Parts: sequence; structure tokens; C-alpha cells
Amino acid sequence: MKILVCVKQVPDSWAEKKLTPAKVLDRESADAVLNDLDEYAVEEALRIVEANGGAEAGHTITLLSMGPERAQEALRKGLSMGADNALHVKDDALAGSDALTTSRILAEAIKRENPDLILTGTESTDARMSVIPAMLSERLDLPHLSFAGEVHVDVNARTIKSKRMTDEGVEAMESPMPAIVTVIEKINEPRYPSFKGIMAAKKKSISELSLADLGVAPSEVGSSGAWSAVNDFALAPARGAGVKVTDDGNGGGALVEFLAEKRLI
Amino acid sequence: MSGSDIFVFVDHSNGTVAKTASELLTLARSLGEPHAIIAGSAGDFELAKSTLSDFGAKSITLLESSEINNHPSSAIARALADLASTKNPRAILLPSTARGKEIAGRLAVRLEAGIITDAIALSSELVATQSVFGGSTVVHSQVTKGCAIVTIRPNSIEAAPAPASADINSIPVSASITAKITAREPAVRGARPELSEANIIVSGGRGTDGNFAPIEELADVLGAAVGASRAATDAGWYPHSHQVGQTGKTVSPQLYIACGISGAIQHRAGMQTSKTIVVVNKDPEAPIFDIADFGVVGDLFAVAPQATAGIKARKG
Ligand SMILES: Cc1cc2nc3c(=O)[nH]c(=O)nc-3n(C[C@H](O)[C@H](O)[C@H](O)COP(=O)(O)OP(=O)(O)OC[C@H]3O[C@@H](n4cnc5c(N)ncnc54)[C@H](O)[C@@H]3O)c2cc1C
Ligand SMILES: Nc1ncnc2c1ncn2[C@@H]1O[C@H](COP(=O)(O)O)[C@@H](O)[C@H]1O
Repeated sequence: MKILVCVKQVPDSWAEKKLTPAKVLDRESADAVLNDLDEYAVEEALRIVEANGGAEAGHTITLLSMGPERAQEALRKGLSMGADNALHVKDDALAGSDALTTSRILAEAIKRENPDLILTGTESTDARMSVIPAMLSERLDLPHLSFAGEVHVDVNARTIKSKRMTDEGVEAMESPMPAIVTVIEKINEPRYPSFKGIMAAKKKSISELSLADLGVAPSEVGSSGAWSAVNDFALAPARGAGVKVTDDGNGGGALVEFLAEKRLI
Repeated sequence: MSGSDIFVFVDHSNGTVAKTASELLTLARSLGEPHAIIAGSAGDFELAKSTLSDFGAKSITLLESSEINNHPSSAIARALADLASTKNPRAILLPSTARGKEIAGRLAVRLEAGIITDAIALSSELVATQSVFGGSTVVHSQVTKGCAIVTIRPNSIEAAPAPASADINSIPVSASITAKITAREPAVRGARPELSEANIIVSGGRGTDGNFAPIEELADVLGAAVGASRAATDAGWYPHSHQVGQTGKTVSPQLYIACGISGAIQHRAGMQTSKTIVVVNKDPEAPIFDIADFGVVGDLFAVAPQATAGIKARKG
């Protein structure tokens, strides 16, 4: 079984983010890390392999990322967790691509690989659109098991069962393979790369793919090929300094007074 | 229909229309002619129709299939895209919920149309306003190619009724379903309002130490929904469906009361656009105080019950 995991490099989710005058995310001012939510997808891939006889049984995990040169660091992180190899789609023309383009590029790369299972995170913590996995499902015409809080793969029957967890409740889902599974952060606890894992990752291969390799014209991607544009942006007005009281035995009473003053009760 | 048609995708649960539908129809009326589209069975449709015409839908179209809601999104997106390619609407509005965004992403691919997610407003020129980076930045953006697909954050538009008589259509759809839902455990709703629709939310975090009773009691006296931080849902103290934040719900209520929550950036990302924020935390240095309109430095187990009692007393 061949598993492919889509991972993105993003600014550290703990950092304050801002836009540059060119109206794109300032990626320089914050540390770049593997999208936290994609770590769960990498971890789940490792667990699926472990639950099905391990690497000895011929299962492999390939990471796929579209991003600038340094997205390699995020791929190395995933490799040090235990993935086998990685694909890096890199091309200067891709800067400023929107979700439609990103999903198209990822879909082209996935088609070349022909995996049995594709795993993704629920959302990249920078763009927060949460649409790439559904777009991939549409482009590749593959079933999509979204918001998976639990996944079971039956390699012989080539079926997947998952629990879809949303605010509507929990839904048991079933699908044939190949399929796309999007995992939520409740599914597992991602492992820390071991020293051995980090050393091994240095020797694992990251293959680079250009637009030409994927047969896509540079004019169709990047900000000029985008289907939407940012007109302008501004810092939100800071919330006015609020009132802070220390509970002296009447903190709850003061809270009620405030709500009443604001006509919230 | 004409080039000023605005499609509104209506979310519902067994025919009970979600509050987002009335918000989206209200918004659509300011942009052009609103047309409501709903997917489900004929029975669902009967229940939903009157609400949709109350909010000014010029037509209501049922994508009819008893099976369609047994798939989270692909069959619906297909039917909706087919309808849109024959009617050429100016824009398609969907709720910015898990399901709404899945459908929107698929529509964008099928229609080769631009998509904007999580908008909090949309002008008559279809310029969307988004509040990003945990509410620190306001962005205006626009779809530049194709029909505009825009998902709107629940609770950001004030719904106003405007009854109209609507044309009623029904289109049978054959859902070819590969990924199937085989069983359902609906979230236990109880009497409290739904989180993303609530006007008031009382949330608890690690500071509750697993005891949500004071949070629920304060919520009930306010008619509020109950939210939780990830620390609280990870510990299993409250269901995941109540998580507020980056990987939970993004909420924008009139009033958000955070009790025993430190205010990590990922939590703030989901609640910072609340109109009024009230905080109870025993650590005066907790970052959540930075965004509070009113903060009490104190023990939630003393402050919340006292507030509950105070509100009860006022109500008499
Ligand atoms: C990728 C990613 C996504 C995430 N997504 C989310 C998300 O969606 N939502 C979310 O909430 N978090 C999210 N987090 C986690 C987030 O970083 C914090 O860990 C979490 O919000 C902390 O929850 P907390 O405030 O309840 O706990 P803590 O940070 O431990 O804070 C508890 C607070 O309670 C106070 N307290 C303790 N006892 C009392 C008492 N008796 N009375 C009053 N106050 C008391 C303490 O002073 C403290 O400030 C995410 C993290 C990552 C990396
Ligand atoms: N540039 C990218 N390269 C690889 N995977 C990506 C990329 N962008 C998004 N993804 C995947 O799609 C998921 C959802 O991202 P998004 O739709 O951008 O919020 C992420 O968790 C990743 O698994």
C-alpha cells in the first residue's frame, strides 16, 4: 500500500501573523514550521502502516508539499517522524497561488504517484480555508472521508472506515480505496522525531518537481493566475482597554453590573 | 433568472432550517435576487419552505434525493454546480461551516470559479470583508474570475424577514455515492442554543478542572451556549463539538464569557470578533485579559456562581 500525505510549511501558529505591503502573508517574520495539523496526518499514516504489518509488508509513506525552497525543512520534519520519502513541488511562478491552483498542482503530482490512500490535515493554520482536501477529491474524483477522528484501513478488502466528527455529531463512514482522508487533531498524539529518526531523515530522498514536470504553464499559476485578489487590508482597531477588577468577594456582582450596564441582561 | 441572481445554499437538519439560511438570504437581498437551494427529501422541503419565503427567497429549489444527506458533500456539490451552470448566478453564498466550506471548495473546482471563505460582510460590488489572524487584521478581497463563491461566517449578518412569494422547484438528483455514512450519532443538543448561532456563549477551560457545572449554570441563566477550550475538550471534560478556536468553532456572539481560559492565540482565533468579551481568570497576567472588555481576577468557582445568582435575582 502506498500512502501519500499532503503537508504544508506555515508560519508558527504561536506567532503573530501579518500581511506585507504586497498583500501577501509575511512569511519571513515568523519561524516556519510543519503545519501542526498536518503532523496528525503524518502520524496517522505511520500508525496505519504499523497496524498493517509495517514497512516489511511493503507499505510506503510519501510526503507531498508545494512551497518555496525552505518548505524542505517541513518535509525533513515529516521524514524524521518516519515517512519514507518526499516530493517537493517548487517553482518561482507558484508564488501567490490561490486554493484552486494549489489543489490543481497537488492533484497533478498525486496522479503521477497513484497512491492507495491520501491523508491531509483539516486546515493550514496560515490560510485557514480548509478547502484543499475537498478540492482534491473533486479533481481526482476520489471519495473524501473528512473530519476523521478515527481511521481503520482494511488492506485486503481495500476499504476504509472512519468516524467523521463535526458539530453535527459523529458519523461512521465507509469507502473503497483509493480515497482521501482528512484527519482532525483529536485522532492521535504525533510523535516527536527521535535522534535516530532525525539522522535517518538526512539520507531520505526529497524529489523536486517543477511546473514543467507537471505539464502546467507558468502563466496559469501564481498571483496572476489566481481567481481572487486582495484589494486592501488594515489592522483591526485595537479593542479598547477594558475594565479589570480583582475579586474582593463581589467579583460576580461586578460582572452582573457590567452586563446590566451594557444591556446584555 | 438574470445576471443578478444570488444563490443561497440552505443548511438544515431534517427540514429545520439553520439560522445561517435567514442570514444569507438577508445578505443576498442586498446583492440581487435571492434564490434558495436546499438538498434533501420532499418531507424536509415541506418544513423548510415557509422560513425561506419569509426571508425573501424569489425561488426555492429542492435538490431532491432521500440519499443525498448520507454523503457529506460531493453529491450536493455536483447537483448545485449543474444548476449553477445552467442559471449563471452572480454569486453563490454558503455558510462558513465545515459542510458549507466542503461544498464551496468542490463548487469552485467544478465551476472554475473563485472562492472566498469566512467572510463577515459582502458589499454590493461583491467585495468581501474577512477578519484574519485571530481578528488582528481586516482584509477586503474579491473574486476576479467566474461566479463568486463566498462562504459567510455564521452570526455575522443580522437576519431580517422580508416575506415574498417564491417559485417552488424540485430537481431529482441521483446521488452516486462512494463514501457512505453508515451510522450516525447526532450531537446531543439539549435545550441550549447551537454554538455558532448563539448570541451569548459561556466557555470553560482548564481552570474548571473538569467541573463544568458553574459554566453550565451561568450559561442557562443567560440562555447561552456552552463553549470549551481545547485543553478542556482534550481532557474529555466537554465534547469536541463545543471547542472554540482555530481547530474548533469560530464564533462571533454578542457576549463571550471565558472562565478559566488563558487565551492562547489559537483560542483567541476563534472568539476574538465577539462583540463583548468578559473574562474570569485567577491569573492577572493571563493574555485573555488583553482582549477583555470586562475582566474579573478571581476564582471562577466563586465568581461564576455569584454572577449566576445575581442574574437570577435581577430576573426576579
Ligand atoms: C494547531 C493548534 C490548534 C489549536 N486549536 C485550539 C482551539 O481550537 N481552541 C483552543 O482553545 N485551543 C487550541 N489550541 C491549544 C491552545 O494553544 C491552548 O493550549 C489552549 O487553548 C489552552 O486552554 P486553556 O486556556 O483552557 O488552558 P490553560 O492555558 O492551561 O489555561 C487555564 C487558565 O485557567 C486559569 N485558572 C485555573 N484555575 C482557575 C480558577 N479556579 N478560576 C479561574 N481561573 C482559573 C489559569 O490561570 C489559566 O489562565 C491549539 C493549539 C495548536 C498548536
Ligand atoms: N501547499 C500545500 N502543499 C501540500 N499540502 C497542502 C498545501 N496546502 C494545503 N495542503 C493540505 O491541505 C490541508 C488543508 O489546507 P487548507 O485548505 O489550505 O486549509 C492541509 O492540512 C494540507 O494537508
